[in-house]
Amino acid sequence: MGRFTVGVDVGGTYTDVFALDEEAGGFVIAKVPSTRPDQSAGFHQGIAQAIGDWERLGSVVHGTTVGTNALLERKGGRVGLITTRGFRDVLEMRRRDRPTTWGLWGQFVPLVPRDLRLEVAERTLADGTVRTPIDPAEVVATARMLLDQGCEAIAIVFINAYADGGNERAAAAAIGARWPDVAVDLSSEILPEIREYERASTTAINAFLRPPVGRYLDRLEGRLRGERFPGDVLIVQSNGGVMDVATARRLPMRTALSGPAAGVIACAHIAAAAGFRNVVTCDMGGTSFDVSLIVDGTVALAAQTAIGFGMVVRSPMIEIETIGAGGGSIAWIDRGGLIQIGPESAGSDPGPACYGMGGTRPTVTDANVVLGRIDAERPIGGRLARLDTEAALAAIRTAVADPLGIAPLAGAEAIVRVANARMAGALRLMSVERGHDPRDFAAMPFGGGGALHVGALIKEVGLASALVPRFPGVASALGCVIADMRHDFVRTVNRLVDAIDYARLSRIMEETAAAGLAMLERSGTPLLGHDRHYELDMSYLGQTHTVAVPYRLDGDGPIGIDAARLTTAFEAAYRRSYGRLLQGIPVRVLNLRTAVIGRRPKLDLAALAPASDATVEGARRGGRRVFVDGAWHEAAVYARLDLPAGAAIGGPAVLEQPDATIFVDPDLRATVDPLGNLVVRRKEAP
Amino acid sequence: MDPITLAVLKGRLEQIADEMDATLFRSAFNPIIAEAHDASHGLYHAETGETLVQGKSGLPIFVGVMAFAVKAVIDKAARDGDLAEGDVYIFNDPYDGGTHLSDFKLVRPFFHRGRLFCHLASVGHWHDVGGNVPGNYNPVATECFQEGFYVPPVKLFVKGELRRDIVAILQANSRLPGSVYGDLAGQINALDLGARRLAALLDEAGTDTVAAALAELKARAAAMMRASIAELPDGTYSAEDWLDNDGVVDAPLRIGLDVTIAGGEMVLDFSRTAPACAGPVNISRSTAIASCYVALKHVFTDVPANSGVLEPVRIVIPEGSLLAVRAPKPVGGYTETILRVIDAVFVALSQAAPERVGAAAYGTINALSLAGHRRDGRRWVMFSFFGGGHGGHPGGDGLNHGNAPISTATIPPLEILEAAYPVAFKEWALRPDSGGPGRNRGGLGAIYEIELLEERADVFLFGERGRHPPPGVVGGSPAACNRFLFPADGGRREPPMTSKMVGLSLRRGQTVRLETPGGGGYGPADARDPERVAEDVRLGYVTATAALRDYHVTLDAAGHVDAAATATLRGKP
Repeated sequence: MGRFTVGVDVGGTYTDVFALDEEAGGFVIAKVPSTRPDQSAGFHQGIAQAIGDWERLGSVVHGTTVGTNALLERKGGRVGLITTRGFRDVLEMRRRDRPTTWGLWGQFVPLVPRDLRLEVAERTLADGTVRTPIDPAEVVATARMLLDQGCEAIAIVFINAYADGGNERAAAAAIGARWPDVAVDLSSEILPEIREYERASTTAINAFLRPPVGRYLDRLEGRLRGERFPGDVLIVQSNGGVMDVATARRLPMRTALSGPAAGVIACAHIAAAAGFRNVVTCDMGGTSFDVSLIVDGTVALAAQTAIGFGMVVRSPMIEIETIGAGGGSIAWIDRGGLIQIGPESAGSDPGPACYGMGGTRPTVTDANVVLGRIDAERPIGGRLARLDTEAALAAIRTAVADPLGIAPLAGAEAIVRVANARMAGALRLMSVERGHDPRDFAAMPFGGGGALHVGALIKEVGLASALVPRFPGVASALGCVIADMRHDFVRTVNRLVDAIDYARLSRIMEETAAAGLAMLERSGTPLLGHDRHYELDMSYLGQTHTVAVPYRLDGDGPIGIDAARLTTAFEAAYRRSYGRLLQGIPVRVLNLRTAVIGRRPKLDLAALAPASDATVEGARRGGRRVFVDGAWHEAAVYARLDLPAGAAIGGPAVLEQPDATIFVDPDLRATVDPLGNLVVRRKEAP
Repeated sequence: MDPITLAVLKGRLEQIADEMDATLFRSAFNPIIAEAHDASHGLYHAETGETLVQGKSGLPIFVGVMAFAVKAVIDKAARDGDLAEGDVYIFNDPYDGGTHLSDFKLVRPFFHRGRLFCHLASVGHWHDVGGNVPGNYNPVATECFQEGFYVPPVKLFVKGELRRDIVAILQANSRLPGSVYGDLAGQINALDLGARRLAALLDEAGTDTVAAALAELKARAAAMMRASIAELPDGTYSAEDWLDNDGVVDAPLRIGLDVTIAGGEMVLDFSRTAPACAGPVNISRSTAIASCYVALKHVFTDVPANSGVLEPVRIVIPEGSLLAVRAPKPVGGYTETILRVIDAVFVALSQAAPERVGAAAYGTINALSLAGHRRDGRRWVMFSFFGGGHGGHPGGDGLNHGNAPISTATIPPLEILEAAYPVAFKEWALRPDSGGPGRNRGGLGAIYEIELLEERADVFLFGERGRHPPPGVVGGSPAACNRFLFPADGGRREPPMTSKMVGLSLRRGQTVRLETPGGGGYGPADARDPERVAEDVRLGYVTATAALRDYHVTLDAAGHVDAAATATLRGKP
């Protein structure tokens, strides 16, 4: 019996724990209700339930929604912003946008209210020249006003600080000399990248998240200290990598999308082990359906995201396309007589009509219950004893079937079809529309709900197959266990390829990577090795959108960057994106991006494989009627985890496991691969 | 058609248009398309040109106007009798095609299995199309020839072959030929992609099914629109608004509108509008109709964006009107006029439906260009549109610093502008007291002050609302007027035409300053909760002086409401 590496994912409803026994290779899974407002209680209880003996806890990796919730609910620290005279409204003016194309009823409340955004005399020009230095006395007086108004953290955002952060550092030094304990975030450190609104927003969000994330980490560490746990705690970042607690306290904006990231990382690992290079992951929750892309084994990252209108976090994030179509999304008929799904959701209280807790409007889950795809007698999750099929049917009849003049069962099937179409749209957006051929991709559902719809999705989008991981419900916790450490950096260059000082650029590239390595070392986390990745945002002069150009190193040798190598790399990337190159137009480098990755030991997925003595007959759990394509079919029901490797189950069939239900359409076949994953394909497929 | 298949096909069709938008935005050269999304794509009816499906992220005004552009191509092809598969037309005729010369439209008749199924179209605002003023907002133009070069519908592709001579002519007539080339390539890519996607959908779902779905979607939009209109009380509702001047003659121009609602039908009668003017604030009939469409879509947001929206609506514009000019009347400032048309529709409809219509937004595009030469002789042109406040509305205060109702454009970061051009902003801020007072206050406009860092530059401005502010509705008050200040005689001065300026010469270290309007107020200012007024004063959105003057709210030295004094002022002790 060895020590456990434990992944803990705190979701909206459940806290999932995946504990890996490092020596024996075994694992334990636990699922406990999430606790709010203090997530650390569920965190503590989940670990206790999984491993029992705290002595055996080796390290903890944690995906958290504390940062996301603080932003969504606006419950963060009281932040004061100090900025250049003339520019205190940058944060509120955004990029002059509006929330919806049609209708002019939008509203926006900035994270830092106007009276806590103060200006000082100072100015740096676009070329980095300091035109007006700061006056330390003015900065101190300004900071005093903010602190007097109860500010817990100060963000300093000066215009053009990406080009030279000297004034910001001088201002921070002046404040630090007077109030050494006040948290001060500098835009030139948080995000030294051109674009003042995005930089200001990211810096303000970081300052805003410091108190709630810091307090949460205190509670977390307090609980672990209470159990005399001396080891590491790592926190999952939005980029899918993990960081130590000290970094998380300093850069909490990196946790803005910590929650969903780990599941995608798990999928990437599982898909690679199962021999799938290209995957679209889909996570169906109660209110939303999240899609991410893994191409050639690599998770697609986005440069920024917005948590609600106008709250931009610019930091590499796992790219997630979200639509409001989850299991709890409500189906309704619009004024034009068309079925719509969401964005309104029944949530978990009152929940879908079938929960029998007062919900009367039909949801996607209600439709799945009525159609027999979800077993009303044994709902997953264990919170309810049974589901009320009659209530679900009544809700569908009233809200959908009667208005359309169709039978209630047809109404239920219509809800599922329209929901499938919306989910397929999100999948298509992430795959086909980025120039990928859907036949090269597999859909990979995780979370509790997605596996029910996966057959329809592969048919609608034209995907080759679906890959259902062995434990879809705990994929995020599993992802915590295997995620690498990662630190991302950006620097604006903004020079033509012919006008770059390559000796200086090489030095910056070396120094940035060294800073990342130092962060890896300071964390003290055991690592197998490390990698550095460079990427440059480049474009033809005159374009405002850039393409990401990977710059590959020859091993550990010198960086060796020059105009010729950079141009070659750019042209390859541009041709991939747009097909043809443009002639006679100079090429520009806008930003340098550096990622430093510390490789953590990987989980051998063989630990999850089915028992060697399992049989198909032993997994059979009878049958039940399922409504598909306008008729009832008799579907075989199996206990999914009891199926042996190599088992092939033709549809219609329902595969059940404690945390998920998988429906195999009549024209599909599911086979169990050696690692226990389920591969779903068309029956006629070779 | 069964509603389930219809819902599925609707999503697929909209996605094709969205994807065409995305392709052009990503690959375009000029920031007006790439950043400001001044472009649009869609599918149009094979015979009538009516809008079938439109991308969600394109410029709203194009949604209505492209139907006319496609019809112009349909008529041209019918006259010539030489339409063939693989042909693509290009033109920027603003009279039959709508908007202004800067907008280049590409129309591709789409054939499936040898039969014309529909048209795919792409429109985008090019950076420079010749004319007297870089960027083409020439406030003193009296003929379209001073606004840019003029291209009637001609074939850019013949049976799939690109006519390079046409591309050469287009490039030769622009100050920025590289940008023309890049944007044109992006639009061609978008059409190619749309054609591929649509062909795949037709193969999969069947031509007849998709055609039936398109017809059904239009019928449903029309039915929804009828139902929405029928909910409003019958009657005639009038509005009157004014353009400051046409840039050539300094006299106000009336936009007069009478909206009549009778059952499920609506008439928008612009007969009381001024006749065609000398300067460039005229618009063509197609543009006027498109702007009505935009206004109605902002009010009836749940009606799908297709030609069905206008089916129960009749629009009356007499010949000779400012809103229905023909060549060669100048139309370069069309944005100002259509914003005024939209404001008039809001004001009129707010009388019929006070619970669903907000006040006017800032109502001017403020096309500002600074142009000059660097020390090494290279030409630079900084051309941008600026923002302002949205109107107060039944749901709350208007948005501060939003984009214009005709557009979904974002503004470039000032750091990008400073990195690209020899300028430094002195101020980029919200403008206190610019929002129209009301129970729900108008959003704030902005202040932009720009300093020149090179020896000299020429400044051009095309703006409006310098004398006639954005109106409030339902008893709300108007917002602040637009203001443009330039250095003169040791001080600052406003241009004679208030918000229009040609060829102002700026020197190193001098600044120009733009103060944009907020949105109009919604509901009477006296009905605003005094605590909300005090909060506005605390945050600096409203000054204490204006709180007293406009809201009749008295604050003490600490900023707290003096309830007794306020009640007395508001006349309800």
